[in-house]
Amino acid sequence: MLMELREQLLSGSAEDYLSKLFLKIERSSLNGFTSLARESALQQAREFDKNPGKGRLAGVPIAIKECISTKGIETNCSSNILRGYIPPYDAHVIQQLKAEGAIIMGKTNMDEFAMGSSTETSCFGPTRNPWDLDCVPGGSSGGSAAVVAGGEAPCALGSDTGGSVRCPASFCGIVGLKPTYGLVSRYGLIAYANSLEQIGPLTRTVEDTALLMEVIAGHDERDTTSAEGKRSYLPIKEGVSGLKIGIPREYFGEGVNKEVERAVWDAINTLEGLGATWKEVSLPHTKHALAAYYVIAMSEASSNLARFDGLRYGLRLGEDKDWHTTFSDIRAKGFGPEAKRRILLGTYALSAGYYGRYYLKALKVRTLIKEDFLRAFKDVDLLAGPTMPIPAFRIGERINDPLSLYLADVFTVPINLAGVPAISVPCGFAGHLPVGLQLIGRHFDEATVLQAAHTFEKATFFHEKMPEVI
Amino acid sequence: MWDDMITRVDVEHIGWLASIKIEDDEKDKLVEQFNSILEYFHQLDEVDTEGVEPTYRVVELANIFREDVACPSLSQEEALRNAPRRENGYFKSPRIV
Repeated sequence: MLMELREQLLSGSAEDYLSKLFLKIERSSLNGFTSLARESALQQAREFDKNPGKGRLAGVPIAIKECISTKGIETNCSSNILRGYIPPYDAHVIQQLKAEGAIIMGKTNMDEFAMGSSTETSCFGPTRNPWDLDCVPGGSSGGSAAVVAGGEAPCALGSDTGGSVRCPASFCGIVGLKPTYGLVSRYGLIAYANSLEQIGPLTRTVEDTALLMEVIAGHDERDTTSAEGKRSYLPIKEGVSGLKIGIPREYFGEGVNKEVERAVWDAINTLEGLGATWKEVSLPHTKHALAAYYVIAMSEASSNLARFDGLRYGLRLGEDKDWHTTFSDIRAKGFGPEAKRRILLGTYALSAGYYGRYYLKALKVRTLIKEDFLRAFKDVDLLAGPTMPIPAFRIGERINDPLSLYLADVFTVPINLAGVPAISVPCGFAGHLPVGLQLIGRHFDEATVLQAAHTFEKATFFHEKMPEVI
Repeated sequence: MWDDMITRVDVEHIGWLASIKIEDDEKDKLVEQFNSILEYFHQLDEVDTEGVEPTYRVVELANIFREDVACPSLSQEEALRNAPRRENGYFKSPRIV
């Protein structure tokens, strides 16, 4: 897709292409974009038309999630507390994209501070799923997924703390990758749960995801958890002959929609037909991953979001009172209900007397979950299962019951706890809604994940289906 | 049920610790939601973690050092640009005492 787009742009006009996208976005009912960088993007497109340059993404527009800092373009995490904040610097990934000639076209909607799986907690209102406008696009990178699936952007970046790239990729029928923890610099990514999150691509094809990874992955000394070394993802090796795939027993059965389960098994059979072998494996601590994830994520959130006090940026209200009252009022007004819930519960979990019971306990369970994966990977090269247990649900259906929303993340959060890479690729439909196949790899073995996903994509047609909204 | 269910008083205390003002009419709902979420968290008690080390970060990295060299950073003007209130080149905070 992106390779062909680059050819098209070289023989045609980047300005025309971008103008058409902006026109489409203006008429769109998806609410995927929160702001457009119209002038700077068109200016850059005109420059490309005069002198295309050699960048690997030269002239290619890209949409960026609201929590990734873009110099001069408002970045607000879809939260009222950060409305109006204009970063004075670019995130590392944005610097990398710009260095390869990509054009930042605008910012995309998300669950407030990435806290959600439906993009309904945004201060800008919900984003709609291009496959069914009454359904959620998934989240938290729902805006990024919806605009790519809806043909409003050729590619996008999201961030994945507990499934926030893979869930919307699955719900919107596109490709989304959560890289190995440490592979992509988090410099300039506004932190929610820093020990869990990674920035990742959302694209129409696996090859496009590999291309974006070539650009955004790599060492950055400004992120203290950034891994050393530079890896290559293109060309993707094709074929799955001899590849051993593990099917985690815990990822099927109760709670999994029957049509989702069928589509995923069809995909596994397809991979087998292409030469891979599979066997059942067990990740015995899967059941406890959700609780461990939410304790850790909320605890980290309570600490990371303590910085939003209206002093250096963001919302400030009326007359200043004393220190504590001023900040407590700002934070009460600026944060939405889900952000408050997570900050408060995280504060509780870290407070005197409860630290060992919740936070430390969750970190120990995290060790066991990570060991589950390491044990499985002694035997198999990849793990496969559903990305989400259900297809996209209706807007408003779950938002008033936080726990039922959390439960949908059951197959995505263990991956963040273990830090391993995982991709979601389209593998069928449940009714009219897309289903995603999740392929999980060893630490820093994105190459094998991409290889299997790419081979599957080449053998199927799901990625070619487009929603009617296009 | 378990022994330390959250109460309205707890919610007020947590709000104070987190610097988030909680209105009276929000408290009952938060008590209910917190207890249902915490009850779910108590599933962790089932797991035997005797002798298990906690995982703070998943990818092992040793301390990473760099030379202590000054590099370009934000100018004072850039750093202050987003501040809602400032005075004489400083961020202006509410009174502390």
